[in-house]
Amino acid sequence: MTTLPTSTDRKLGLVIDLDTCVGCHACVISCKGWNTENYGAPLSDQDPYGANPTGTFLNRVHSYEIQPEAAPAQLIHFPKSCLHCEDAPCVTVCPTGASYKRVEDGIVLVNESDCIGCGLCAWACPYGAREMDAEEKVMKKCTLCVDRIYNENLPEEDREPACVRTCPAGARHFGDFADPDSNVSQLTAQRGGMDLMPEMGTKPVNKYLPPRPKDQSLKEEVDILAPFLEPITEAPKGFLGWLDKALDAMPGGPKGGSN
Amino acid sequence: MHPAPSVILFSTMSGAGFGLLAFLGLGLPVVTGGLAFGYFALAYLLAVGGLIASTFHLGHPERAMKAFKQWRSSWLSREGICAVAALVVMAIYGAGLVFFGTRIGLLGTIGAILSFGTVFTTSMIYTQIKTVPRWNNTTTPAMFLSICIAGGALLAGEVKFAVPLLILAAAAQIGHWLFGDRALAESGTTLATATGLGARGEVRAFEPPHTGTNYLLNEFVYVIGRKHALKLRIIALILMIAVPLALVLLGQSFIFIALAAISHLVGVFTARWLFFAQAEHVVGLYYGKR
Ligand code: SF4
Ligand code: SF4
Ligand code: SF4
Repeated sequence: MTTLPTSTDRKLGLVIDLDTCVGCHACVISCKGWNTENYGAPLSDQDPYGANPTGTFLNRVHSYEIQPEAAPAQLIHFPKSCLHCEDAPCVTVCPTGASYKRVEDGIVLVNESDCIGCGLCAWACPYGAREMDAEEKVMKKCTLCVDRIYNENLPEEDREPACVRTCPAGARHFGDFADPDSNVSQLTAQRGGMDLMPEMGTKPVNKYLPPRPKDQSLKEEVDILAPFLEPITEAPKGFLGWLDKALDAMPGGPKGGSN
Repeated sequence: MHPAPSVILFSTMSGAGFGLLAFLGLGLPVVTGGLAFGYFALAYLLAVGGLIASTFHLGHPERAMKAFKQWRSSWLSREGICAVAALVVMAIYGAGLVFFGTRIGLLGTIGAILSFGTVFTTSMIYTQIKTVPRWNNTTTPAMFLSICIAGGALLAGEVKFAVPLLILAAAAQIGHWLFGDRALAESGTTLATATGLGARGEVRAFEPPHTGTNYLLNEFVYVIGRKHALKLRIIALILMIAVPLALVLLGQSFIFIALAAISHLVGVFTARWLFFAQAEHVVGLYYGKR
């Protein structure tokens, strides 16, 4: 069924901390690894050792620069995988019912044996979270590691998404947003977790924690003790002053011939 | 959006084919016997040919039957059902005309409604896509339907309808372009809302997630040919509207109508190429592109 459930019992998803992410791409690799060896068709690569390698990924890390008006620029690493939207447009457009949202936990999945590879769901997703596999010709997307989180063959600590488990910075958190006391609900509340492209009306389950404000002290003195130091002489005097002038006058120096 | 030839061919041919079927269904003109066979053969060639072309862009065309299931939510599914229903009804109606010389008016009217319905559902597949602001507005179905009706009138040789309908189609097409050119900006979606970081300062894409290209960039961030858009728009309008108008006003014999129809179809093909090539998907913003 590609009509969406009116509500789901649980709302499993991720919190991604833009303050903590160091942009190491470990989650990209662990996601690719786990999902190539497990659920559904493997994530293929094309021309992997050639001149133009491409491949299917369910999770990719962008990097953005923010230039505030009166503060130094900031670099933000930005991991992006399926946000398991409550109002998932990718599900309703699917003509076959291959794409669906689970009533029990809200995970958005593709039943690959029903997928005709029309690509319409990827058109409908604002976030670029779906990629058609060039080898298998079926739609691939983040499964929220559905084959890990309930997998009793794995040790308890591994029953979370591969990307969360692997992140060395602890920038990805997994939990149930329907439970107000869960780690993810708490983090979202404390840190002002936000939706991406809220105007698209997709109601993403995954939340992004904005970067914490950086120290603004760079605008003033870096060190509070600095004013107590002797001011450093601006212009050199004596022998150094002579050398400075002499070097300036030589070809290549500011007053010398052009170089 | 990547302008896939199979999809452009589909929307051009099927639009005209179902347009012609609708006119035949409405008895414009009423034809019987061999002449009716000729008309229906052309209409089915275009409509079915287009539908077959559209399956070429599927990853798994052998599973196409599954696509009829989700009519409750999916416009693509509705389109499939509408197309099959139109083709079946019109086949019975056409058989009456060709083999028995009788016109079952009610059947023809139902067939005509289903034929227009097919083109409408096709247009809704694009219109519903919020992520492509250029498509996500009423000018899209208006443009698809008015071009389908004008093309149908032209192919049916109904010149007195074709002339005003072609002018209407031109207006709808121009409306779609002018509206579309502002749509992305007016949608309010920017890199700032995409990242949620806009309140902190100017956001700039610093480094993409990968060094090469990927499915998303190939499918959604197609920028080749955008710089020729204005030239192509003029060419499309000349071929789609101006040349056919001039030809049918010059003469209404078979050869004039045939040439007008061919020019029209080439023009529609050009306009549909632009429909995709110019469409900006918001995912491009994540890559600092549009
Ligand atoms: S992020 Fe995209 S693919 Fe995932 S549920 Fe939302 S719309 Fe669908
Ligand atoms: S590509 Fe597959 S999952 Fe996506 S809309 Fe088409 S059939 Fe459904
Ligand atoms: S939850 Fe699993 S499938 Fe989804 S991005 Fe993380 S590792 Fe990949």
